[in-house]
Amino acid sequence: MSARPNNRSLLVKLTGLAVAMFMFAIFVLPPLYDLFCEITGIGGKTDGAYTAVAVEVDTSREIEVQFVATNNATMPWDFYPIEERVIVHPGESREVAFYAQNRTGQDMVAQAIPNVLPNNAADYFHKTECFCFNNQPLAAGESAELALVFIIDPDLPVSVNTVTLSYTMFDITDRAIAQVSQVQ
Amino acid sequence: MAHGPATLADGWGKYISRWVFTTNHKDIGTLYLWFSFAMFIMGGAFAMIIRAELFQPGMQLIKPEFFNQMTTMHGLVMVFGAIMPAFVGLANWLIPMMIGAPDMALPRMNNLSFWILPFAFAILTSTLFMEGGGPNFGWTFYAPLSTTYAPDTVNYFIFGVHIMGASSIMGSINIIATVMNMRAPGMTYMKMPLFVWTWVITAFLLVAVMPVLAGAVTMMLMDINFGTSFFDAAGGGDPVLFQHIFWFFGHPEVYIIILPAFGVVSQIIPTFSRKPLFGYSSMVYATAAIAFLSFVVWAHHMFTVGMPIAGELYFMYATMLIAVPTGVKVFNWITTMYRGSLTFETPMLFSIAFVILFTFGGFTGMMLSIAAADMQYHDTYFVVAHFHYVMVAGAVFSGTAAVYYWLPKWCGRMYDETMGKVQFWIAFIGFNITFMPQHFLGLAGMPRRYADYGLQFADWNMVSSIGAFMYGGAQILFLFNVIRTIGWGKPTDDPKVWEGAEGLEWTLPTPAPYHTFATPPKIK
Repeated sequence: MSARPNNRSLLVKLTGLAVAMFMFAIFVLPPLYDLFCEITGIGGKTDGAYTAVAVEVDTSREIEVQFVATNNATMPWDFYPIEERVIVHPGESREVAFYAQNRTGQDMVAQAIPNVLPNNAADYFHKTECFCFNNQPLAAGESAELALVFIIDPDLPVSVNTVTLSYTMFDITDRAIAQVSQVQ
Repeated sequence: MAHGPATLADGWGKYISRWVFTTNHKDIGTLYLWFSFAMFIMGGAFAMIIRAELFQPGMQLIKPEFFNQMTTMHGLVMVFGAIMPAFVGLANWLIPMMIGAPDMALPRMNNLSFWILPFAFAILTSTLFMEGGGPNFGWTFYAPLSTTYAPDTVNYFIFGVHIMGASSIMGSINIIATVMNMRAPGMTYMKMPLFVWTWVITAFLLVAVMPVLAGAVTMMLMDINFGTSFFDAAGGGDPVLFQHIFWFFGHPEVYIIILPAFGVVSQIIPTFSRKPLFGYSSMVYATAAIAFLSFVVWAHHMFTVGMPIAGELYFMYATMLIAVPTGVKVFNWITTMYRGSLTFETPMLFSIAFVILFTFGGFTGMMLSIAAADMQYHDTYFVVAHFHYVMVAGAVFSGTAAVYYWLPKWCGRMYDETMGKVQFWIAFIGFNITFMPQHFLGLAGMPRRYADYGLQFADWNMVSSIGAFMYGGAQILFLFNVIRTIGWGKPTDDPKVWEGAEGLEWTLPTPAPYHTFATPPKIK
């Protein structure tokens, strides 16, 4: 039948489409999603380490920054902010600390994942130093004060007067061998 | 002249070989249909267990862990095992006969695409008997429920999904190749029966999105076994990404299920109205429009994840837009019936019920598309009621209609009309008793996927369970009627079977010979 070669080329093309869609799902969609979130600030993901640039401190505005610390699922650590809220001026560098203690009898490794609300503030919340840039190993019974230095960008939208920074602490002891660090 | 198929008279060995090695589109269609019916019974049994447990508040029959496995397996088996293979079976039987082709374009791949399917479901259902139990994370398998917190058997589930995806993709490629290359001379695209049109569009949807599902489960597999963090926030991934990828597959998937059902109804309603289908070309364009829109509305399944308002609004309006081409279809079916010379044989009853109940399910879909209202409806029984109105009264009713409509053509025997009508009324009433009260339960706040509920939901749950048992009973009657027809039905050799039937498949002798259109027909 004359349709045979046609079938073969159609088969190749359609299989190619299927393979392309598979590749699209695995290799394109996840980076695209991250990029989209980064550009729009949706999801409250903050940027990585920020190099401070000299800006004038805007003393006319006062921004309340609230801190929330959460343990993910079965994470057994004590984990809370030492100050629950601070008032800062945009452009001012401020250091705060979180307290963490591993009360279990085992050495553990944890990773804190930050999130900023409201979403449109995420791009203006700069961290020059953060414990979340690395994972946190704590030996059995050990405690630590985890430091965070941040600057609120003076370009923060005027509608924002309160920024909430939340950290969720994940237990990554199992995968610590693989050294998953430098997340944010 | 080609030889006929092996029968039981040739001995069991030859008979079994015939089915295992068959490349005949009718044999493969039959295999698909029987397989899907077996899965329908199994998925239905799971549903009966769910409804029996929910008959009264409190834990009655099964443990909550098993309940979760039942809801998950019911969804997976019904979607991937019952509805999709049923329509692939119909496509195999009917598309070559409708376009004047001797067989499918790629017959050996056709054999492979069917025969891997039983293995996929054997792998999937075997998990129920394993330590840790089967998949228990819902048919949508959201991460991290399906990754971090999944039972160990999740790898079987992933492998099963891979195989059924491969089967669907091969089946779709075959259908596209058949329709593009094997049409009889003169059978232009705009002369193809609507069932063929809806299937070719469905096949393109399948080729485009089944690989995305395969990608999603592959990423799960890597997260679980190989230390990646696609969906794990602790490693920098995002569980919400899973939902986006899943629904990027999942929304086209619901149209994959319903478009062939549209096609079936578009064949049956003109036959029993004794009028040509109203607005054929608008039906084709509406189908294509629905298929296109299905790719750009996925996030309406996840209004509550915390999207920005612009996203909520976009997905809300885009979703509402789908009502336009769908409305075109519904009005075309009604207009086809308008002033027609109607008779109400069983296939027509199921088709009319389809139009009414699918429209009802469409309207509840419109309610759910309103982002603000969805905050209340999300993950309640209102959603369960909505998608059962479109999946059961949509896809399953039209599949039942299709079997009654074409069965006499396939086997040369008439089904029992009285039994068919009795089945229809039990199914229709039972269905509505089952799912109508679930709207009320959902609006009152009963969440889905729980093994127990508050006392205020007790009455409607009992009503719903009674309806479910009725509906389940109707399917037993269906099975009985089909077997009775094939074995002992009143023989018929009228090529048209139905007075008003139009189309190439009705020009063939009844029962349809094993090989048809060895020489292509001429289409004027």
